Amino acid sequence: MDLKEKLVSSFMAFEERIDVHSELHDVRTSAIKNFENKGFPTKKDEAWKYTSLNAILKNDFTVFPKTESNIQYSDVQKYFLHEVDTYKVVFIDGVFSSHLSSTTHEGIDVCLMASALTKPKYKMVIDTYFNQIANKDDSLTSLNTAFAIEGAYINIPKSKVADKPIEIMYFSTGSEAALMTQPRNLVIVGENSHVQIIERHQSLNDNPVLTNSVTEIFAQKRAIVDFYKIQNDNLTANLIDNTYVSQKQESHVSVHTFSFGGNITRNNLNFYHFGERLTSTLNGITIIGEKQHVDHYTLVKHSTPNCESFQDYKGIYSDRSTGVFNGKVYVEREAQKTNAFQKSNNILLSDKATINAKPQLEIFADDVKCSHGCTIGQLDETAMFYMQARGIPKKEAKALLMYAFSNAVIENIKIPELKQRITKIIANKLGVKIGFDL
Amino acid sequence: MLSIKNLHASIGDKEILKGINLEVKAGEIHAIMGPNGAGKSTLASIIAGNETYEVTEGEISLEGEDLSDLAPEERAHKGVFLSFQYPVEIPGVSVTNFIRTAINETRKANGKEEMPANEMLKVIREKSELLEIDRKFLSRSLNEGFSGGEKKRNEIFQMAMLEPKLAILDETDSGLDIDALRIVANGVNKLKSDKNAIVVITHYQRLLDYIVPDFVHVLLNGKIVKSGDASLALELEERGYDWIKQEQEA
Repeated sequence: MDLKEKLVSSFMAFEERIDVHSELHDVRTSAIKNFENKGFPTKKDEAWKYTSLNAILKNDFTVFPKTESNIQYSDVQKYFLHEVDTYKVVFIDGVFSSHLSSTTHEGIDVCLMASALTKPKYKMVIDTYFNQIANKDDSLTSLNTAFAIEGAYINIPKSKVADKPIEIMYFSTGSEAALMTQPRNLVIVGENSHVQIIERHQSLNDNPVLTNSVTEIFAQKRAIVDFYKIQNDNLTANLIDNTYVSQKQESHVSVHTFSFGGNITRNNLNFYHFGERLTSTLNGITIIGEKQHVDHYTLVKHSTPNCESFQDYKGIYSDRSTGVFNGKVYVEREAQKTNAFQKSNNILLSDKATINAKPQLEIFADDVKCSHGCTIGQLDETAMFYMQARGIPKKEAKALLMYAFSNAVIENIKIPELKQRITKIIANKLGVKIGFDL
Repeated sequence: MLSIKNLHASIGDKEILKGINLEVKAGEIHAIMGPNGAGKSTLASIIAGNETYEVTEGEISLEGEDLSDLAPEERAHKGVFLSFQYPVEIPGVSVTNFIRTAINETRKANGKEEMPANEMLKVIREKSELLEIDRKFLSRSLNEGFSGGEKKRNEIFQMAMLEPKLAILDETDSGLDIDALRIVANGVNKLKSDKNAIVVITHYQRLLDYIVPDFVHVLLNGKIVKSGDASLALELEERGYDWIKQEQEA
């Protein structure tokens, strides 16, 4: 039985665990039907031209893992921030772990999706937001919707600043030979509110993992949302991240994606505008090697006037790694005075590494400023010589240059400890010890 | 200190240096002058170890040690310093952090401990005063958005920090206004001792009013065709290079 059939037939087993008489069940049923019709995307789909899931789909993934785990905080401590206190929503093999988590209902809700989807007091919110901005036609999003139960639920009411950053962590332990999970996050940020969120998927051993994650983010008027995705997983971990952002007027939402690890990583990042004078920021740093593959597939849909979007993606590819940047900016006729900027800069460190970059601008308004720029190059030899001539060895000089290359994106990280962490991961990636905090 | 014997170098099929001989002793200042395209910057770059050029013949040694097989950083660790004609911008790395890394890598290579942070700060303060560099400047990204003069001053600041045995100043005067030129030259003169040597590469005599050379060499078409004392520079300023070319042809 192939994975698609296995998933479709598992849906019936899944139904036994959930309330089949709810409206939610209708949503799930139509979602699984859509997945059944469309199946997994293949390279024949224009949107998946450069990323093939074929090889990973051959794994015999378990879709309902055992719920027990004996993971202790000390086992996973290093993946969390330490200098700042955080709220934590932690999942082990796709299942919520209460002893590793630190949730809250005081003033803000930072808790689990499973409660939000089942408890009556959340019904109104779920009806209003759940699966509202996610693309119902997309087969992988539909697959996730069908099985959506575990994930983080974050609701920041009006005029609240979340007092601590929130860490959403998905660990897989390898208790199954191969595991597929469908995490589902919902983030609602009220008017004038502010939140910082870090999301990470991490395997703790080398058994294959396939994560098909969906996150919906709703930013109300003047809300500020900083979302950081850390992708530094093992070489046997695969991630399909589907993130949908809905923004109202004057809100600022930024999503920063740091892709340093994993086997195949696909980021589908979508922004939709429902108000004027808002700002969307999409930043990414990708540093990969071996046979790793990272695909950034972004969409910013400008539907309202006077809005801005900024995309800045830096990629460094070595060995036989492959990267994809497909950035689509859509400016509707009503969206006059749009400022939309897109940049994708790439460095190839090996002859065997590949990057496919495809900016797509579709503009129907006539009074807009839109730009896109894409560069692909090698390391600057003159800069290397300059640093070496000052006594900095080649390897360190290379690291400093790559750091400098990624700097514009690193500078945008607003949590100092996270900034240091990312810098450190970059230094590790490049195999050097950078002797100071950059 | 520096000994260059019959140095030939090329880039691709093009021979740029065609047999350079140069002896520089500790305590000396040498100036290398010449028209555009004579090979001055190539020579500077090759001494510092730039691998873009291929040394086809001859040798370069520092204090008797052959430099041929050493990487640029290894030459730097032995005390070679090149002040670049076009210093490179490195966003995100501050002047202070850059110089700290350069110093500590050099110390490490010479079997010394890293310089303690407080000592580092003290030296940075001293040397930045010497070059009249504003403290705020030190926390800016290396060379990023610096004016031409600031870049050059920053090069000499790094030289002051690294205390090289042999400093090669490649067109350090270009892009400097007269005040900056004076500050830079003054800095260089203060760093000069009987234990180190300086090679100044320049188009114009102007810088040599401030940094007075013991020897002046004329580099023409890949060869040193004439050497003399400081008065040669004055003569070049007055008469240009054509008379030397004619002398050569004659």
